[in-house]
Amino acid sequence: MSLYSQTLTELAVGLENGEFSSVELTQALLDRIAVHNDKLNAFITVTAEQALATAARADAARSAGNAGVLNGLPILHKDIFCTRGVKTSCGSKMLDNFVSPYDATVVERLADAGAVVLGKTNMDEFAMGSSCETSYYGPVRNPWNLECSPGGSSGGSSAAVAARLAPAATGTDTGGSIRQPAALTGTVGLKPTYGRVSRYGMVAFASSLDQAGVITRSAEDAARMLGVMAGFDERDSTSIDTPVPDYVASLGDSISGLRVGVVRQHFDEGLDEQCGARVKDAIAVLESLGATTVEVDLPNLDLSVPTYYVVAPAECSSNLSRFDGVRFGYRAEGAVDLLDLYCRSRGEGFGDEVKRRIMTGTYVLSAGYYDAYYLKAQQVRQLISDDFKKAFADVDVIAGPTAPTPAFKLGEKVDDPITMYLNDIYTIGANLAGLPGISVPCGFVNDLPVGLHLVGTHFGEETLLRCAHQYQLQTDWHLACPQGFV
Amino acid sequence: MSVSAWEVVIGLEIHTQLATKSKIFSGASTAYGAEANTQACLVDLGYPGVLPVLNVEVIRMATLFGLAVNATIAPRSVFARKNYFYPDLPKGYQISQYELPIVEHGELFITDAEGKEKRIRITRAHLEEDAGKSIHEGLDGSSGIDLNRAGTPLLEIVSEPDLSSAKEAIAFMKKIHTIVRYLGISDGNMQEGSFRCDANVSVRPPGQEELGTRAELKNLNSFRFIEKAINFEVERQIELIEDGGKVAQETRLYDSDKNETRAMRSKEEANDYRYFPDPDLLPIEISAEFIAATRATLPELPDAKQQRFETDYELKSADAGILTASRATADYFEAVVAASDAKTQLAANWVIGELSAALNRDGLEIDNSKVAADALAGLLNRIHDNTISGKIAKQVFEAMWAGEGSADEIIAAQGLRQITDSAAIEAVVDKVIDANPGQAAEYRAGKDKLIGFFVGQVMKETQGQANPGQVNQILKDKLSK
Repeated sequence: MSLYSQTLTELAVGLENGEFSSVELTQALLDRIAVHNDKLNAFITVTAEQALATAARADAARSAGNAGVLNGLPILHKDIFCTRGVKTSCGSKMLDNFVSPYDATVVERLADAGAVVLGKTNMDEFAMGSSCETSYYGPVRNPWNLECSPGGSSGGSSAAVAARLAPAATGTDTGGSIRQPAALTGTVGLKPTYGRVSRYGMVAFASSLDQAGVITRSAEDAARMLGVMAGFDERDSTSIDTPVPDYVASLGDSISGLRVGVVRQHFDEGLDEQCGARVKDAIAVLESLGATTVEVDLPNLDLSVPTYYVVAPAECSSNLSRFDGVRFGYRAEGAVDLLDLYCRSRGEGFGDEVKRRIMTGTYVLSAGYYDAYYLKAQQVRQLISDDFKKAFADVDVIAGPTAPTPAFKLGEKVDDPITMYLNDIYTIGANLAGLPGISVPCGFVNDLPVGLHLVGTHFGEETLLRCAHQYQLQTDWHLACPQGFV
Repeated sequence: MSVSAWEVVIGLEIHTQLATKSKIFSGASTAYGAEANTQACLVDLGYPGVLPVLNVEVIRMATLFGLAVNATIAPRSVFARKNYFYPDLPKGYQISQYELPIVEHGELFITDAEGKEKRIRITRAHLEEDAGKSIHEGLDGSSGIDLNRAGTPLLEIVSEPDLSSAKEAIAFMKKIHTIVRYLGISDGNMQEGSFRCDANVSVRPPGQEELGTRAELKNLNSFRFIEKAINFEVERQIELIEDGGKVAQETRLYDSDKNETRAMRSKEEANDYRYFPDPDLLPIEISAEFIAATRATLPELPDAKQQRFETDYELKSADAGILTASRATADYFEAVVAASDAKTQLAANWVIGELSAALNRDGLEIDNSKVAADALAGLLNRIHDNTISGKIAKQVFEAMWAGEGSADEIIAAQGLRQITDSAAIEAVVDKVIDANPGQAAEYRAGKDKLIGFFVGQVMKETQGQANPGQVNQILKDKLSK
């Protein structure tokens, strides 16, 4: 089997058995990126030289008996993670010239485990978008249909993994930015519990919602990646000091007796009928493995999108204030005074969607509006959290669709932010409640992938991964490779 | 215009820099005076992706302050972001506390103009980070930013508008200044900006309940300037109102060169800071156990110490006040008392007098005094046991200050031991009376004041070494014969 089509787990075995070297593997994937990326625009930066050097060190480490758990395995980073000495653009003109002086904790941990970074992936500007169309570097295309979006904001990561340009890529998920692109590209996307993975060095969009995760082709690979990425980080006050289990070890355990919640509201109007059918089929597979289904109620689900679009812009309006043209990033030329420097640097450096959210966020935090919007949204957020808590009294995971439709055409929704925002209706709840979620490929509609969404309890990643893995042992949706990338 | 026709209302916001080694949300040093931007790490610079981590030492310090002013320590307080754009504010927001500060409802007592004790309520004290500094000089018309100060921990102490004059404001501020230094939570250095204040000033006709429109005075970094700025502002407002004008709610900057305040920005131009809880930081949770443990470390506070000094050492109230104004001075005094047999008031006189003068002259803090407490005690012992007179002691002190040795060594080396041998003194007295028959006659005729002249003559003869008490007594005896 060709190297590129193997999963991270398979490649790890190959490297360990000396079937190929990390340098060979890295070169093979770099060659593949060179051939295919033009079609996809999945990368903002390809770090070929550093990758080969890291691969050579990994091979040497293996010879010396010092192989890390991801030794020599190629991965990608979403361009929102700070990488020392490498451009970290966040898909924005604002940071097009920004070379980070330090590594994010996620980057550091994966490097310490021996992973080889092939490059940095394209994304919606500052992770604000669900289609990868807001990137300063142009839209990413979906390998399953080049006219379609790969989802967003981690669309560069999802497209690259789906097209077999790398076995794993990091992503970030604020409202669905890992899971929705995973669903739209037939990959596995895991958003861990808020606080499970350090946010240090991940450029902030909405701090109380942002969480780093991973896009892979199998749940097993996601488990392998998460084991390295997760854990307390004293540099992130919101990271939680709780032990990191061996996510791989329990994957083989049966899910017999697992209580799967099915949310009534998830199958109401708004969901593409055929997508709904694929998801129901997937739930039936879980039942065939001994899981029981329980209908659960999330009565405030319809409030999750409006709640999110108050909280997230509010935090973003403040988080993005540091991009002022003074110390780093884009600075407008010929500013006549300070105000002019601010206005023009930000006016020229940020794209429309980012500006829209900064303005929305500034508005909802303003004197006289704070109580009606921000405070109210936080109260509703609490209600949504409580709904999940109630539901999880009876179930172990909640299953449903990841996105309401399969991949949509590029340009189709770009001028209609509300429709675009509704793409995250099933995923946003997990962010608001801080819960882990995973999207697993569960079939196709019109030759486009569909994702099964599983949400777990706080720190319930083991159960999610086990459930997803057991499902993948019964199905082969995740093995399908888009035509043109075989 | 008449000031007394108006009631002055003042509230203070005091910014106290907390004496932590590193910044409130980063590991960078807080040391003052380093080269620009050498003490600012990526967190202080507001780089993309960095996150604040609270220096927990500030929680202890704020709690200590709260306990010292009899305030409530919030079991849960929250950091909030204060959003505004300025080049010395790298993140575009300042991390502060807004709705839920760590300290609330404190109080402090000052002495008002009539000498009565007056209670000043402390609304709150909250933790926040300092901003950097803009530099406009020496950069060819451009502006520079020094972010060394960015992220320095501050405790902002806010009073209720309970102060009725510049003098009261100063008294309040000085008391806070003393307390924070007693607690060891701030060096209180005003030149370096470790202790500065904004004053909200308004005036109203006496008896009117409603407050007048206030102006906020900024940039007050010395006690003298605060007093002058408030007095200027009070007069300005009264004049304005009496001339039929209206006070505008605005921020005014005090210009110490011109001794005037001028408008900086009006309420209309004021920022909407869009405060909201900082999602990067967890709420501060303080347990009853922590409060109890912190309370146990609370040092004796200035008021209690002054009271004790008055009672235990039988000192004059004013002297006790001076000695307890700083903890170091009080400690020094107590060390002198502990090591000396002399009367406590004598020790007080020496610490307040000779020692303070010498320290001032050399610009030294008492901790770095050239005469240590036990050395001073040794000197006082020699006064106490009549080895030397108070006058000679001053001479010995100067020699001690100059590093010539201990009191005993100097007395021995310079032969300064007091003459207490009555026969020897009598001989000198006889000689002096014989040499001044005219003055002796005048004294005997009732001109008592001349005794001073005779004492002076005897002292001159004995190079100041005769025991003054004995000299006095012997002279009186002999002259009355």
